[in-house]
Amino acid sequence: MFSLIRGAWTVLLHMFHRRVTVQYPDAKAYVPPRWRGRIILSRDPDGGERCVACYLCAVACPVDCIALQATEDENGRRYPEFFRINFSRCIFCGFCEEACPTYAIQLTTDYEMGEYKRSSLVYEKEDLLISGTGKYPGYNFYRVAGLAISGKDKGEAKDEEPPVDVKSLLP
Amino acid sequence: MAKMATIYIDNKPYTVKEGDNLLHACLSLGFDIPYFCWHPAMHSVGACRQCAVKQFKDENDTLGRIVMSCMTPAVEGTRISIDDEEVRAFRKSIIEFLMTNHPHDCPVCDEGGECHLQDMTVMTGHSYRRFRFKKRTYRNQYLGPFVNHEMNRCIQCYRCVRFYRDYAGGRDFGAFASHHHVYFGRHKEGALENEFSGNLVEICPTGVFTDKTFKRHYTRKWDLQTAPSVCVHCGLGCNTIPGERYGLLRRIQNRYNGAVNGYFLCDRGRFGYEFVNAERRIRQPLMKRSSLPVPREEVMQHLSRLIYFGARVIGIGSPRASLEGNFALRSLVGEDHFYTGVSAMDARLLEKIIMVLAKGPARSSSLAEAGAADAVFVLGEDVTNSAPLLALSLRQSVRLKPMEIDKRLHIPEWDDSAVRNAAQQEKRPLFVATPYRTKLEEVSTQAYHAAPDDLARLGFAVAHELDNRSPAVKGLPKKLHTLAEGIARVLSQAEHPLIVSGTGCGSEAVLESAANVAWALCRKNRSADLCFAVPECNSLGLALMGEGSVSDAFKAVHDGAVDTAIILENDLYLRAETEDVNSFFDKVRNVIVIDHSVTGTASKADVVVPAAAFAEGDGTLVNNEGRAQRFYQVFVPDRDIEESWRWLRDIMAASGRPGLKHWTGLDDIVQAMSNSIKAFKNIAESNVPAGYRITGQHIPRQPHRYSGRTAMHANISVVEPKPPEDKDSPLSFSMEGFSGQPPAGLIPRFWAPGWNSVQALNKFQSEVGGPLTGGDPGQRLFEPVQESTVSYFDEVPGAFSPRENELLLVRVYHIFGSEELSAMSPCIAESAPGPYIGLKPEDAELFQVSEGRDVRISINDKEYSLPVKYLPELPSGVGVLPAGLRGLEGLELPAWGRINNQAKG
Ligand code: SF4
Ligand code: SF4
Ligand code: SF4
Ligand code: SF4
Ligand code: FES
Repeated sequence: MFSLIRGAWTVLLHMFHRRVTVQYPDAKAYVPPRWRGRIILSRDPDGGERCVACYLCAVACPVDCIALQATEDENGRRYPEFFRINFSRCIFCGFCEEACPTYAIQLTTDYEMGEYKRSSLVYEKEDLLISGTGKYPGYNFYRVAGLAISGKDKGEAKDEEPPVDVKSLLP
Repeated sequence: MAKMATIYIDNKPYTVKEGDNLLHACLSLGFDIPYFCWHPAMHSVGACRQCAVKQFKDENDTLGRIVMSCMTPAVEGTRISIDDEEVRAFRKSIIEFLMTNHPHDCPVCDEGGECHLQDMTVMTGHSYRRFRFKKRTYRNQYLGPFVNHEMNRCIQCYRCVRFYRDYAGGRDFGAFASHHHVYFGRHKEGALENEFSGNLVEICPTGVFTDKTFKRHYTRKWDLQTAPSVCVHCGLGCNTIPGERYGLLRRIQNRYNGAVNGYFLCDRGRFGYEFVNAERRIRQPLMKRSSLPVPREEVMQHLSRLIYFGARVIGIGSPRASLEGNFALRSLVGEDHFYTGVSAMDARLLEKIIMVLAKGPARSSSLAEAGAADAVFVLGEDVTNSAPLLALSLRQSVRLKPMEIDKRLHIPEWDDSAVRNAAQQEKRPLFVATPYRTKLEEVSTQAYHAAPDDLARLGFAVAHELDNRSPAVKGLPKKLHTLAEGIARVLSQAEHPLIVSGTGCGSEAVLESAANVAWALCRKNRSADLCFAVPECNSLGLALMGEGSVSDAFKAVHDGAVDTAIILENDLYLRAETEDVNSFFDKVRNVIVIDHSVTGTASKADVVVPAAAFAEGDGTLVNNEGRAQRFYQVFVPDRDIEESWRWLRDIMAASGRPGLKHWTGLDDIVQAMSNSIKAFKNIAESNVPAGYRITGQHIPRQPHRYSGRTAMHANISVVEPKPPEDKDSPLSFSMEGFSGQPPAGLIPRFWAPGWNSVQALNKFQSEVGGPLTGGDPGQRLFEPVQESTVSYFDEVPGAFSPRENELLLVRVYHIFGSEELSAMSPCIAESAPGPYIGLKPEDAELFQVSEGRDVRISINDKEYSLPVKYLPELPSGVGVLPAGLRGLEGLELPAWGRINNQAKG
């Protein structure tokens, strides 16, 4: 008898507590910016594809759900010919982002990826590539790297001396 | 047996070879010491300062001093520390210093993931850049179709020049500029001329030199599916590691075999692989009556009708197909109807070589032994172009002389620059006698150019000088006699003389004279070796299996005893004159071709079935030494491609012929082969059976870091396919399995914890630079007959006499272009010369032609028109034609050609 009253009392008290249920999808929950959700490929500040197809994300991936193939364009830039993530396998661990030397691959705050068919969870480069820099503005790998690409010759990267004149013996 | 010494490493005693340098000794013991400039085949120069250790006077010395381990000999009681804090800091600061100018390139660098600089950086613990100043930069050079140049990444270790110039004898590459501007490249842009330039890719510890063909379809080392394989581009059988990803063959790397190729490959072997990916590949069965590919079942039905029991079927084998493929064909058609499919001339020459090696007292030398010979006589073979790595070995043999000098001066043999300084231009004897000037002459003691018959006469004369039971040569000019005497004297003074010859000039007499020289030396109790270059990867294996050339097959057809011919991986147009081949095809009712690429022969066939190329199947090849070597399937090819022997087995089963049905895997066929052919009795001995497991596990073809497993097929199906099974070997098409070191013949790649680059190899050898742990793989099929009573060859040819208006045409070889398979690869084709005729300028004048102009020449009643190239060192009356180049295939040389004087300019 006493316990019944106590139960009713507790319920009554809860009516005055703050509500925790979110009316999803009408209302959205707060996700912190570091949330590890849907993966994207970003572009550098000049609009070029950031990914240089180095395969580091692929090898870092514990479930091996990233596959790509490197190729090179006429400007001497490396980029992925295809880039595929099988999200039906992805565990959103963020290792790929951690491994990426160019800030190309990033996990975002988007988690709304449910599908009826598993095959719809296979994303190709077209599905992954966004038009902005994502979480990391500013960084452009090719401005730092020693590789010459069209528009950035040897000696023009950050902290580089002009190319050596091999015919000179001057100190 | 070398003298041993006890040394103390961090206060623990170890036994090492006395006099070895400490780096060599420590690496052999399994210690990790970082290094750059030292290389096990090129030894020490002490240039990079990376391999520092601390040496102590005695056990009471606590101070010690830092020394370079690669420049310090191990003597009794040497005390060193690798772990000492100060020396660790020293090594770390060396890397930090090297890194000050190193570009931020790893993600876009093809060396990444198998970079010795990365490995050493991690090993020393340098992880943070403190240097805030600017980086030095360089411009790159175009170095031809094979090697990519990215000079910013150089750490100035000098390995590249030491290999290219000192080891391989190249001249068009060097070090330029001074101080921290030192540059490694050519004096001006252009293709690297040396035949071994591809080794720079593995020699350079950084990403300065990378594989240009690999760059086109780049994949990291950890993503390559690999298996042990054997090069198919010449008769030497260098061991290779082909790598595959997404069904495409991506590159070839060297697979160390202490007895065969050691650390190096030639450019044909390294870059010739692209034919496997070429458009010309046959991927599905084809039938003449249908323009579309035909389903397998339909082809099988059709074939079984053609080969029904009782039909008259002949089989033509191939020296570029595996033993198993040839044996399956031989079993299908019967021994009497099997033809080896080489040209009539090659059949004769190969038969002779086998006779000499199997019956005579001289041993067939391995490549490693050739490199250690102390006097060499090359008779009639342009080894640089027909058996490239043999030339590299011979170049090392001439360097052995310095070793004697060093002993006198007490210079350790690994002290490379001191050795070279002491030696200056001193060389060990190397005599080269060939029809035309060959590259090896750069390092020869003496060279002689003559027509094949005259070369044979020189050989016979040398043999006669050594042993007068060997026939004398009548009418030998004085000069030649003196030369023969000189060669004989030098050879008889040597302890391990080597006689090199081969099928190159197409003369049996040359082979016989070479055999006589070696035998005469053996009978003087010298351990003389013989090394014969043979044209293709399985020439010797095929010759051991059967007789009968293409011409014999043609004869059988013309005698009317044939309904169906099965041609195995062979283009008959390369083996006989076009007219003869055409008339053969006209006569045979049904032609079945089993091959991997479209050839002239395949396009004439009624039925073509797709065979596996070397990387797509298993098999055994016998190299020029008589060493049977197994190559393993690297990847599962698409659609209907299968090993030839599998096709043949199935055809046989379908046609109701008894026999091969019980062959499920390669082991069964190897067993059958060793039971039925005496020469192959021991062939299974070095073979690891398919059922072999280590702790119950397969040996994985994929590295444990293989990526993309759950995504690479996801565009086709999200359900990951089960890895294919391998019935033929203990290797699996998977990343799962035994992670330690497999037996030597089964090593799919060189990798060890902390050692991602090719230098991981150190961990796979019983001693650095020595044989692989457990012995180098391969099974020699014949050994010399010690007490051989075989008598000397006694048919000395008459002296060559030039004919008026005619030329004796001999073959000239080109490393790029003269071999069929590699010539189908774009980068090799790009490097191949066009057809030409080489003439002595004086001869050309006689015929009123000049360099660059076309000359018309009729050979065997057929006229060819070819541009003239001057070769001043040709003997007069002799001309050369490139072997195997387009337009000249199938021509049997040497032959006389009549120059048509009226040739208009
Ligand atoms: S790690 Fe980054 S740059 Fe490298 S392949 Fe992945 S996304 Fe591209
Ligand atoms: S050479 Fe090695 S360390 Fe240098 S960029 Fe290439 S992978 Fe990186
Ligand atoms: S190019 Fe490579 S091998 Fe040559 S010095 Fe530089 S780092 Fe060493
Ligand atoms: S020498 Fe011959 S076997 Fe060796 S890599 Fe070159 S072509 Fe291949
Ligand atoms: S490896 Fe010893 S100094 Fe370079």
